[in-house]
Amino acid sequence: MNIIKKAEGTKLTISIEGRLDTMTAPELEQVVKTSLDGVETLVFDLKALEYISSAGLRVLLAAQKVMNKQGDMSVTGCSEDVMEIFEVTGFSEILHFV
Amino acid sequence: MEKLCIKAKLENLVDVTAFVESQLETLDLPMKTQMQIDLAVEEIFVNIANYAYSPEDGLAIIEVELTEDPRVIITFIDNGKPFDPLAKEDPDITKSAEDRKVGGLGIFMVKKSMDDVFYEYKDGQNILRIEKRLGAIER
Repeated sequence: MNIIKKAEGTKLTISIEGRLDTMTAPELEQVVKTSLDGVETLVFDLKALEYISSAGLRVLLAAQKVMNKQGDMSVTGCSEDVMEIFEVTGFSEILHFV
Repeated sequence: MEKLCIKAKLENLVDVTAFVESQLETLDLPMKTQMQIDLAVEEIFVNIANYAYSPEDGLAIIEVELTEDPRVIITFIDNGKPFDPLAKEDPDITKSAEDRKVGGLGIFMVKKSMDDVFYEYKDGQNILRIEKRLGAIER
């Protein structure tokens, strides 16, 4: 998995490439924990995300909870297969897709 | 039927996934089906690694079988504490982010992505079997 961060003022875009699973989710969790100070707009770019398991969903949920307090979070570019996982788990109702 | 016997440790997830994928290689499965199988394998193996023997170590056996129908049947066996993951109530997936709990989501995803899931505790072993029908109609 690769994580690419791009900050523009109070906007942060986090692009995730590859597999977000039990082994790689802690790395993203660390990024989320340490990068959201002062961020008002958080965008997850998932166009290169190939796979997500519950461990990855847990991190996205944690990020959403942080952003509910300090701004907005949105998700962009996810594949049909990843989208289906969001739908099955009800995450499609929690996350904001643009 | 091919079998992998491996220490139930998180760091072995990569080997477990690779083993299952190698068994299915010749089928040339659609990406979506492969992803659903990977997902089920991950959620179940991680559960075993985290809970079955904790805080001790132990082994997990993973068996992969292909039937003529065609179906993929994957069986997970451990000698850990008796634990029926199917007995757990499904998470409420309609709750808001603030009220959501992610516990139980893994096994829920297994149930949703597989066609059948069976559990039994027999002769001191947890046996969890998942089945995925192949071909024809994708769910």
